[in-house]
Amino acid sequence: MIIIENLVKKYGDFYALKGLSFEVKENEIFGLLGPNGAGKTTLIHILATLLKPTEGGAIVNGFDVLHDATKVRGSIGVVFQAPSSDDMLTGYENLKVHALLYGIPRKLREKRISEVLKLVGLEERKNDQVKKYSGGMRRRLEIARGLLHHPRVFFLDEPTLGLDPQSRDTMWTYIKKIVREEKVTIILTTHYMEEADMLCDRIGFISNGKIIALDSPSRLKQGIGGDIVKITFVDGIHSAKDFTHFEFVHRVEQNENSVIIYMDEVNSNLHRLIKDLEDIQSIEYKKPTLNDVFLKFSGDSLSGDNPEGGFMQRYAEYKRS
Amino acid sequence: MLSTRDHNLKIILGQLYALWLREFKVFLRERSRLIASTFTPLLWLFVIGSGLGSTNLQIGTDYQKFIFPGIICMSVIFTSVFFGSYIIWDRKFDFLKSVMVAPSSRTTVFIGKTLGGMTTSLFQVAIILIIGMALGIDYNALSLLQIISIVLILSFGLTSLGLTFGSYIESLEGFQLIVSFVVFPLFFLSGALFPIDNLPAWLKFITLVDPATYSVDALRNSLLHLGTYSFELDIEILLLFTVIMTLIGIFSFKRMKAV
Repeated sequence: MIIIENLVKKYGDFYALKGLSFEVKENEIFGLLGPNGAGKTTLIHILATLLKPTEGGAIVNGFDVLHDATKVRGSIGVVFQAPSSDDMLTGYENLKVHALLYGIPRKLREKRISEVLKLVGLEERKNDQVKKYSGGMRRRLEIARGLLHHPRVFFLDEPTLGLDPQSRDTMWTYIKKIVREEKVTIILTTHYMEEADMLCDRIGFISNGKIIALDSPSRLKQGIGGDIVKITFVDGIHSAKDFTHFEFVHRVEQNENSVIIYMDEVNSNLHRLIKDLEDIQSIEYKKPTLNDVFLKFSGDSLSGDNPEGGFMQRYAEYKRS
Repeated sequence: MLSTRDHNLKIILGQLYALWLREFKVFLRERSRLIASTFTPLLWLFVIGSGLGSTNLQIGTDYQKFIFPGIICMSVIFTSVFFGSYIIWDRKFDFLKSVMVAPSSRTTVFIGKTLGGMTTSLFQVAIILIIGMALGIDYNALSLLQIISIVLILSFGLTSLGLTFGSYIESLEGFQLIVSFVVFPLFFLSGALFPIDNLPAWLKFITLVDPATYSVDALRNSLLHLGTYSFELDIEILLLFTVIMTLIGIFSFKRMKAV
């Protein structure tokens, strides 16, 4: 559905994207994750033909983003980070303006507007000015607007940024509903790991303009090396015991008075692990989350050796505040 | 079935209507904008008009009536050029981005926006025309038609000018500052407040290159039969100005960054 090839975007001397290549399949929800300033929004802007890449190219729904920009635009819907509806207009008027911009014939227009309003649950409020909407309602109106013209590909740039937990939950429900009812391919960027985990079929981690991991959430979590067990000892008196001879242990991190063990099947193997141990103060156990995956990858790439990345991150935070 | 060309034309007309409709609805809902921007021209008309009118000027008519065409142009100049700042708002609030990802061309976006600015000016002029009746200005069908044409051409050209500035300038503060340097000379040098027949050569020259001069003159021709140049020449020069400004505006919109 989307083919991205060696995409490079340069701002002056700064590389926002350093040669991205990957594909997005039809009807999947593809998540783009990465720290601020990693290049997620730049990538979406290029795919939506708002920015021209410095090098490389991309095919969206069979159209080249460089040479067939109008056709690309006709077949995609975009929800930007910041709501972009005119808040002096009503929800309905915003949709009407965009239906006309997309050239939806008059006969279909009203029907489609009611359809998308219903889809995002805004029929009751369609004649209120958007400035009277809550943050979550605005975001839902954006989604309705993006879907008006039956796009094949739908971009959601941080759709739940700044929403309270309840609105975020509602948003997730609607996103899942869209995939079911509208049969679109969705590309979603987010900072929220549980969001990516719950919604996405596959996830690409972007850091410093490069894809550093790409897989399904479950495989990414497996890649961490199994379940995580942390054993803390009383007063740090454990003799550095070797756990690596157990066939179910993948990796061991020794700390001053604790060890972190990455292992398979904690439920059935824990008793063997701790059989000979004395002076245990506590045992913590957790399944790896995408957060652990994220920290593993972004930790690697954000450690002080890259002043540019650090600066861009701070700059992005500054601009947002 | 429509041919592809007719079909495309229909879509483009729909897009223009959409962009215009949005500007018009916003305009109708921001009544304070209309009232505030009508106030300044009226201040000029009544304070300067009556003040200077009380002295004995050799201009062939009552001074207030004499500057009435100039005040119409003033209203068009200020409203149209400052309308360009709305493109900066659109960029700031990402509305423009949502338009840019729709399959409409930049030219369509530009013309749609300009039509919006033109409508705003027309409303303001309508108010001033109604007040003009109280001042004893006579209109007939022909002069009304002429006034509307002049206002449409001038406001289209000047909105283009404003939007051109707006497409290059990133901050509203910068826009206000820079545009003030354009708007005030356009107004003062147009002969809106004084006859341009007996000016010193240097000043005369500047009034010649000010496009607003020809709109003031055309209106004076039409309303007071007091023009310096012929009505036809005025209109031709105005049209030329507007065509050039439109082309520059379209060019600027095409190279404007979307994000």
